[in-house]
Amino acid sequence: MAKQKKLAVDRRNFLKGAAAGAAAGAAALAVGPAAVAAKAGEPRRMPPPPMSAEAEIEIPLSPDVLTVDRSGSDFMVDVIKSLGFEYVCANPGSSFRGIHESIINYGGNEKPEFITCCHEESSIAMAHGYAKIEGKPLLTLAHGTVGVQHAAMAIYNAYCDRVPVFLILGNIINETKRVPGVEWDHSVQDAASVVRDFTKWDDLPISLGHFAESAVRAYKIAMTPPMMPVVLVADAELQENPISPDVKMHIPKLTLATPPQGDSGAVAEAAHLLVAAENPVILADRTARTPAGLARLIELAETLQASVIDLTGRMNFPSRHPLNQSDRGRGLVAQADVILALEVADFYGAVHTYRDQVDREAKSITMPGAKLISISSNDLYIKANYQDFQRYPEVDLDIAGDAEETMPSLIEAVKRLITSDRRSAMQDRGAKLAVEHQRSLEQARDAAAFAWDASPISTARLCAELYGQIYKEDWSLVSATTFVSHWPQRLWNFDKHYQYIGAAGGYGIGYGAPAATGAALANRKYGRLSVNIQNDGDMMYAPGILWTSAHHKIPLLTVMHNNRAYHQEVMQVQLMADRHSRGITNAGTGTTLLSPNISYAKLAESMGVYGEGPISDPKELGPAIRRALEVVKRGEPALVDVLTQPR
Amino acid sequence: MNKIHTACKHMFSPALRFLGAEAPGFSAALPRARFVMAFAAAILFALPAAQAGPARPAAQTGAKLAGNAQKGKKIFVSDGCYECHGREGQGATQTGAPRIGPPPVPFVVFQSFVRKPINEMPPYTAKVLSNQDLADIYAFLKSIPMPPKGKDIPLLNK
Repeated sequence: MAKQKKLAVDRRNFLKGAAAGAAAGAAALAVGPAAVAAKAGEPRRMPPPPMSAEAEIEIPLSPDVLTVDRSGSDFMVDVIKSLGFEYVCANPGSSFRGIHESIINYGGNEKPEFITCCHEESSIAMAHGYAKIEGKPLLTLAHGTVGVQHAAMAIYNAYCDRVPVFLILGNIINETKRVPGVEWDHSVQDAASVVRDFTKWDDLPISLGHFAESAVRAYKIAMTPPMMPVVLVADAELQENPISPDVKMHIPKLTLATPPQGDSGAVAEAAHLLVAAENPVILADRTARTPAGLARLIELAETLQASVIDLTGRMNFPSRHPLNQSDRGRGLVAQADVILALEVADFYGAVHTYRDQVDREAKSITMPGAKLISISSNDLYIKANYQDFQRYPEVDLDIAGDAEETMPSLIEAVKRLITSDRRSAMQDRGAKLAVEHQRSLEQARDAAAFAWDASPISTARLCAELYGQIYKEDWSLVSATTFVSHWPQRLWNFDKHYQYIGAAGGYGIGYGAPAATGAALANRKYGRLSVNIQNDGDMMYAPGILWTSAHHKIPLLTVMHNNRAYHQEVMQVQLMADRHSRGITNAGTGTTLLSPNISYAKLAESMGVYGEGPISDPKELGPAIRRALEVVKRGEPALVDVLTQPR
Repeated sequence: MNKIHTACKHMFSPALRFLGAEAPGFSAALPRARFVMAFAAAILFALPAAQAGPARPAAQTGAKLAGNAQKGKKIFVSDGCYECHGREGQGATQTGAPRIGPPPVPFVVFQSFVRKPINEMPPYTAKVLSNQDLADIYAFLKSIPMPPKGKDIPLLNK
């Protein structure tokens, strides 16, 4: 958030008569700083580094010097540009006013271009959604105190979802340099501490050279699987202290680490088990980090003629592929003799049922003797405090490595082992699976027909009407499908990696609207039609993202899934009431968004977004979506409010 | 047992496949997996228990209470059934709640399950949901017409 500024005459100390060179870290300086004399005849001198003993001596004020040619934040932008960020998402904050001004003026406001957000949760979630389309992070900025506190849940989501986000926090570490009042409230000794439990790496550089190395290192760390958010603290003095325009400072070369691959011996063992299996099942969750992962999984599944259950953490496997057996998941897991989990966030949950009644109990659903194989980068970096690592799964072969990176060697190992007998058995299996797949599709279509004409509109009808308008376009569904019972995966034809980006990761609600906007921002340059099925409760956390999408002309079709409630909690409270056999009609208290009803169309319009609705007659839905699509095709966001069944 | 098994099997449309999914507290790992559980088996265990022993008055079983579909529709919403099953009993994979209409299972099966669910469903005791209420809900579920097949709806065949 933008903080109020109280100006005091001694706000900044400048070297008497000098616009100084860079701060300490002399090794980073190719040429020593040139101090520019403010007055003729004044001797030039090297300014003391900010953390050195000399810096303890107060430098006399020089109120005559009011302008400088260049500040440290200009160099920071040189570093930022070297990392190739397309955009920087931020709600403005004075603790990073230096970087902000350098981005828009020195940097020309391009690469990165400043995207104005109304909440830090929106900034981070935009970066989260963007990264899942583009395969690389956005830059985000926030205050080191109140800003990162706002951003925390979104950072947690990205952490749980294993997505890189690059966050720079502004802070004033030197207490003598803080204006009394607000700058003390907005300063902290360890800015990254509040999010350290769910970020991968953080640093507080104390020189510009240090900033350069840490920024490059942070980018590399964020992009090494398991990918996660990283934080740099940019001290305000480091940003704002003048540097000589003549100084050339070194920016280290960025070389990304190759993703870790599974051990070759273990991969060979996995191949043996899979080739010999009668009923192998592949569970894919966050498997396809990139389009290559999608192609590799198709090749692996086809080589084995194995069932694939897409747990939809990413777009892992084509929905209409005959080996896609996602609708039969539990049953197949129960019959499988070998189960291969590729970057599955919760392998325990995938092979157990869990009953949430008074006595909470789990039961294994795998058959005795079934072999469980995990290929995942998760075990390479786990933190203890937040429990997103899920319950401990008992597996037979645990291969630590990135699944997408390991698949080529696994495919080769499998191919080497297939004999003509096995090939014949696999082909028979594949033929049966194809029949089952078609049957599942027909059953899904039959199931969708129930409540077809209902009002509020069924989620099946909502998704079918939407697909009817977009299926001929180059579409990208940039929202999670959990709360619409995965009807898109059951009815639509997904076959491209960018057509689905998974969900929040940490189930933190409020991810949806900004992540969809960030993903749409990434899609924009490719001319793709971004589509967002938007939960109403999620929208209400930080609806200012609508303004951001209008202001920056981010084309995005938003169709509201407006069930007028935080419906998951309606059900949770219902369970509690039923358990106590009391107040079973009260579950809507504290969980519903009624009286008054929120008009999302008016909310959208208030922020410059085309809005229509609420639509409660399913026959009106197609035409309404078509009208909104005309707006989106002109390059602007549009929203259709739809009253829907809960799930 | 065989006769009952055959009868129940006949009534079990795909509507009654349990979908292992994200009902309150359910593991979210397989959100779309259909749990082709032994619902049949579970009910088969329940049925003999319901039918064995001395006959109970109709008022206790609810089997012969006349139900009011309009009232049933209201109770279906007010008492929370719609939350997991949808407003027309169509079910939802996200909640794990199966389709319960149309067509609904036999009333005695319906009643038994609502009183003492075997999986994630919240229990509705007679203290909060009378047998008459159950009869009304059942009448509502029976009143819902069967839809066309999915292949006959063009929008579902893109």
